[in-house]
Amino acid sequence: MTDESIDRSMMKSELIERIARKQSHLAYKDVELAVKSLLEQMSNALSSGERIEIRGFGSFSLHFRPPRSGRNPKTGDSVSLPGKHVPHFKPGKELRERVNHSLKKS
Amino acid sequence: MALTKADMAESLYEELGLNKREAKELVELFFEEVRSALGDAYHVKLSGFGNFVLRDKTERPGRNPKTGEEIPISARRVVTFRPGQKLKQRVEAYAGSQQ
Repeated sequence: MTDESIDRSMMKSELIERIARKQSHLAYKDVELAVKSLLEQMSNALSSGERIEIRGFGSFSLHFRPPRSGRNPKTGDSVSLPGKHVPHFKPGKELRERVNHSLKKS
Repeated sequence: MALTKADMAESLYEELGLNKREAKELVELFFEEVRSALGDAYHVKLSGFGNFVLRDKTERPGRNPKTGEEIPISARRVVTFRPGQKLKQRVEAYAGSQQ
């Protein structure tokens, strides 16, 4: 697996600019607030155990990592680590296809 | 129970005072712009939330699970989500049922 081939990123600020360009009747500030609200809504949903389902984009859910015993790297003492939830994203069909298609274009 | 685009548009309408059509368009555009950046081979990094990272996978041997026949899995590009520190911490605190 090589994941060094792509070296360019779109950051949040660029995302806000792209949306603002297409919604020119809205003030940039409003688009910025809206994007922040959307990310906050998504974080809130996940941190209260709620799934997110966006057709054509994908779904976010929580995966449970069971408790395990680990070691304190300094002392070598064994410590028990509690179970925890981690966010998981499953891309939808349209996103998967568009991403894979970009490989053939490059 | 799941958060959907309709729920998200409703919150934009209530919180930010966008009208319902604007709120709906904004939610559509948000996901479309992320999808199109990924489709144009950009990683998408949303600080505080997480990064959508593209990975190129080389061809590898696979098997048809029904027939057992060997068929190569072709080289492909996939998207993975790496949650940010802030989101991971918030989610870790969720003590709900084990899925």
